[in-house]
Amino acid sequence: MNKTLLQKALQNPLSKAGFIIIVLVFILAMLAPIIAPYDPNDINVKAILLSPSWQHWMGTDGLGRDVLSRMLYGGRISLLVGLVAVGIATFIGIILGAIAGYYRGWVDTLIMRLVDVMLSIPSFFLILAVIAFLTPSIINVMIVIGLTSWMGVTRLVRAEFLSLSGREFVLASRTLGAKDARLIFTHLLPNSLTPIIVSSVLGVAGAVLMESGLSFLGLGVQAPQASWGNILTDGKDYIQFAWWLSLFPGIAILITVLGYNLLGEGLRDALDPRSESSK
Amino acid sequence: MLKYLIKRVLWMIPLLIGISLISFFIMHLAPGDITNNEASFNPKASEESRQKLRELYNLDKPVIVQYGLWLKRMATLDFGNSFAGHQKPVFWQKTDKDGNLTKGMIQEALPITLMINILGLIITLSLAIPLGIVAARKYAKWQDKSITLFNFVGFSIPGFWLSLLLMYWLGVVNNWLPISGLHSINYETLDNWGKLKDSLSHLFLPVVIPSITGLAGITMFVKSGMLDVFHQDYITTARAKGLSEHKVVYTHALRNALLPLITIVGLSIPGLIGGSVIAETIFAIPGMGKLFFDAVMMRDFPVIMGILTIGSALTLIGNLIADVAYAWADPRVRRGVMQG
Repeated sequence: MNKTLLQKALQNPLSKAGFIIIVLVFILAMLAPIIAPYDPNDINVKAILLSPSWQHWMGTDGLGRDVLSRMLYGGRISLLVGLVAVGIATFIGIILGAIAGYYRGWVDTLIMRLVDVMLSIPSFFLILAVIAFLTPSIINVMIVIGLTSWMGVTRLVRAEFLSLSGREFVLASRTLGAKDARLIFTHLLPNSLTPIIVSSVLGVAGAVLMESGLSFLGLGVQAPQASWGNILTDGKDYIQFAWWLSLFPGIAILITVLGYNLLGEGLRDALDPRSESSK
Repeated sequence: MLKYLIKRVLWMIPLLIGISLISFFIMHLAPGDITNNEASFNPKASEESRQKLRELYNLDKPVIVQYGLWLKRMATLDFGNSFAGHQKPVFWQKTDKDGNLTKGMIQEALPITLMINILGLIITLSLAIPLGIVAARKYAKWQDKSITLFNFVGFSIPGFWLSLLLMYWLGVVNNWLPISGLHSINYETLDNWGKLKDSLSHLFLPVVIPSITGLAGITMFVKSGMLDVFHQDYITTARAKGLSEHKVVYTHALRNALLPLITIVGLSIPGLIGGSVIAETIFAIPGMGKLFFDAVMMRDFPVIMGILTIGSALTLIGNLIADVAYAWADPRVRRGVMQG
């Protein structure tokens, strides 16, 4: 990533907070096997629905599993799904956007109409429909979220390519006889990378929310594997006797998504020359 | 204007064909075909219902013929009958040979979802516009900063979690509001005033929670629109000739800042329709979202395909209305439309 852009973004206290949140969440999730006090799937019939205590900081669930341990392992799932799903979306978006913006003509029209079609299908319906025809699993959730959220990146890459291809350094390279691949991979793509990264950071926020929503509905990550969304599903059933099951996963989702949104908006502001002149 | 309208409507045809292709593709995603055991988790799926599914989508015919027949189904808005819901028609009412009229599932669910979303949109706009104006006028002051922070939280909070918390706090702990369904059991015995009060109390949470989460985006949009307009020459002129700040903001700036909002509201329709799944499931509201979720859980394919198609068509219609409203509201666009 462009170092100055990140530095510029981090001058804003909100973006800085977002950055710190994401780093912390990553560290906690990575260290889950070391710092988790219990096995996340260890059922203990003597410790069902215990409220938070020194033994169980976040209490236990309906099967006596330690909620803190499940939260830590669930964090790995949320981060993994967010990153892989956005990775898939960004990859598809770059390829289609590059083809549309570089070759233009009928290919461009075709790809842009495909974008319009995809945008007119309510994405939550689309995702649920695909999951219904396949089977819910963590892999399918990542693929489906990725396959249904590439449209923004495609439009972005296309617009960047269109505006860059008129620039002098590209024209010069073309006049010197550079081939398509060289123009795309050494001139156009590297120069479009920063806005793509910014939109991906915001995309992760959306993907984390989407995964937790799907898991909450029982159509995402399947039990016994822990995810913040499916801990909340249990929380819903026990809400009258076990508030801790609903409170902690919700806060975790909120803070993580907030972190990505704060950092993403900060990067976007740092990238936008207009926002600086208005300050 | 009429010419523009016709052009704009014709424009929807290639999009509808695209939607038909994608939905057809999804239908064929299932391993093997959708009638095999892996695809049907539903233990009620007997050999008979599988045969019905095969007939409905003509699965024994060549793919190209299947697609042609699917396109025909979409064009005639006939999505067959539900498997799980006692053979109810998926989309619209049908009369059987004995003359009994059965209402369609979407026909019953759609008005509920539309009502909730329209009420929600009214709440969102009536809060977002004033908040956006305040944030723009007090740019970089504490008012703007707190609104921005509120927006970030609103953007990031999982709607279903907020629903759970409010449902627990308002419905379970304090017992102020009912937590599920559209009406109480004794609804029919109430007088008109009681009926209204009962409906409103049931609708409160399902309408208000999506509005809170939707508020953030629109507020930020109004704010940036106002900021853009504030920097334009005609606002400087209006201020220079001594108009009151109130008049500058509300008569000169606001109108232009709000125009693009029409497009944004149009673009938010698929999110609203899709987002209804979680809210309606939590609060047991019998709308499109709950119908869709139940159909997914039962692998009720005719209902899934019907809602997918109708939901997309609604989005296209919403965008059409937004575009036409924009052309009507903005004299610059209107003139361009008249000439083009």
